[in-house]
Amino acid sequence: MRRFSWFNATSLTFGFVFLYVPILLLIIYSFNDSKLVTVWGGFSTKWYGELMQNDAMLSAAWVTLQVAFFSATIAAVLGTMAAMVLVRSGRFKGRTLFSGMVYAPLVMPEVITGLSLLLLFISLDIGRGMFTVILAHTTFAMCYVAVVVSSRLVTFDRSLEEAALDLGASPLDAFFSVTLPIIAPAVIAGWLLAFTLSLDDLVIASFNTGPGATTLPIKIYSAVRLGVSPEINALSTILIAIVSVGVIVASLMDKRMAKTRG
Amino acid sequence: MENKSRKWLLIGIPYLWLFLFFLVPFIIVLKIALSDIAISIPPYTPQLDLFAGLGAIGDFFSKLDFENFKWLIDDTLYINSYLSSLKIASISTFLALCIGFPFAYGMAKAPESWRPLLLMLVILPFWTSFLIRVYAWIGILKTEGLLNQFLLWTGIINDPLVILNTNIAVYIGIVYSYLPFMILPIYSTLEKMDDSLIEAAVDLGCTKISAFWAVTVPLALPGIIAGCFLVFIPAVGEFVIPDLLGGSQTLMIGKTLWSEFFNNRDWPVASAVAIVLLLLLVVPIVLFQKMIERQQEAEAR
Repeated sequence: MRRFSWFNATSLTFGFVFLYVPILLLIIYSFNDSKLVTVWGGFSTKWYGELMQNDAMLSAAWVTLQVAFFSATIAAVLGTMAAMVLVRSGRFKGRTLFSGMVYAPLVMPEVITGLSLLLLFISLDIGRGMFTVILAHTTFAMCYVAVVVSSRLVTFDRSLEEAALDLGASPLDAFFSVTLPIIAPAVIAGWLLAFTLSLDDLVIASFNTGPGATTLPIKIYSAVRLGVSPEINALSTILIAIVSVGVIVASLMDKRMAKTRG
Repeated sequence: MENKSRKWLLIGIPYLWLFLFFLVPFIIVLKIALSDIAISIPPYTPQLDLFAGLGAIGDFFSKLDFENFKWLIDDTLYINSYLSSLKIASISTFLALCIGFPFAYGMAKAPESWRPLLLMLVILPFWTSFLIRVYAWIGILKTEGLLNQFLLWTGIINDPLVILNTNIAVYIGIVYSYLPFMILPIYSTLEKMDDSLIEAAVDLGCTKISAFWAVTVPLALPGIIAGCFLVFIPAVGEFVIPDLLGGSQTLMIGKTLWSEFFNNRDWPVASAVAIVLLLLLVVPIVLFQKMIERQQEAEAR
């Protein structure tokens, strides 16, 4: 039996307080009646009501959801392909460049990714709008998907796929009926990660957006620059609730799948 | 034969995508960084027509001009923002390590049944919006904010502290936002560690503290290094945190690039700033990639 010392307990407690108190305060003060965010004026849900009246916020939310859905979906496909290439294709000409292009966007400062893509779109004369934001998000999100999926592919037992091929399946059939179902949890996790990253991104979207394609982070950012407002607290609370429920459900599902797999 | 073409299709599609949307844009940034500013939209005079053939390339090299880079050296604003970015990122990385290591250690020592829950609690904030988490600190750190209200109420201080719009707020913001990136790699190395090694060291006469420095820290080193990279690299180019939490005297290169681009509309200088920032990060990025590859090879074995 390992001892769980007071030192470990303290550092864990301190760490969790640091991580969670700001978020909890944000949520608590979204129910504040007072317009002054930091002065408690009694419980109220009026800011949620006002949020629902705010058409600009709602349409930004709709744009953001569309961008996140399409970019996550394309990124899941491209990222899975990239992972297959990284894990399966062995050595081929240009492999180093390829793996460099997969890993570099993960650590690239967002200002550089955003600026360079914008300059590409301008030189190709592509009008900026939702389409360009989707392309930009797909590009960096597919790299995250590739990392998540390739870590699953590494542990994949290839003899299963070979058995399918021996039994007469075409490589494409074998992929869809054997490989994909097994790596599906990783692909779904990658999709969720891509979706959240897109939902969350301010910098790359700011560079690549155009008229009529204001995303929620851009809207929040311009509101926050003017100061703290209870309406933003309410919006943040809704977003935090959605994400937390999603993550908890996903992890419970993962647990159940792990159990049935034995 | 058919197999081979399928293989090239599989490689080709993601390859082409990354080439077009990741590599080509950099070449364009480089090109614009070497251009003169002109009052037109886009506000630069293109110096290389990619489609004009080989003759144009020779022409291009003869006309190359490092004026924008000279400008970066001459104007102290840029040098100062580079240095200050490095300083802020280093200090934040160090602080994140000081908080992250004991935390990861505590997690690794916690009863095994707790660990999945602890892990999820560390990852959960990462999924919630970055912007929102930074925003949350504004209400806490303001002069009339919650931290000052609390400290005045307890009587620790008599006058409110000025934290928001200073570098301290930027450190807090970076440590807060990137702490999970520090904790997770350290935790994964510590979790794999065999406790009997510590027992052996203690049996051989080490004190608990010297066993910690002689055994635990070296074994956790890959995780510590990975964590430091994962905090340092994004922190150097950070824009949102210095913009929202820092003050006018907080210089960071991401912020400078942003204002060069959006406020001054000087695209060539913004591109030159991006190129220098990239050069600054190339060394840590390459080191980091090498390390990941080595780890993957070790795992595959």
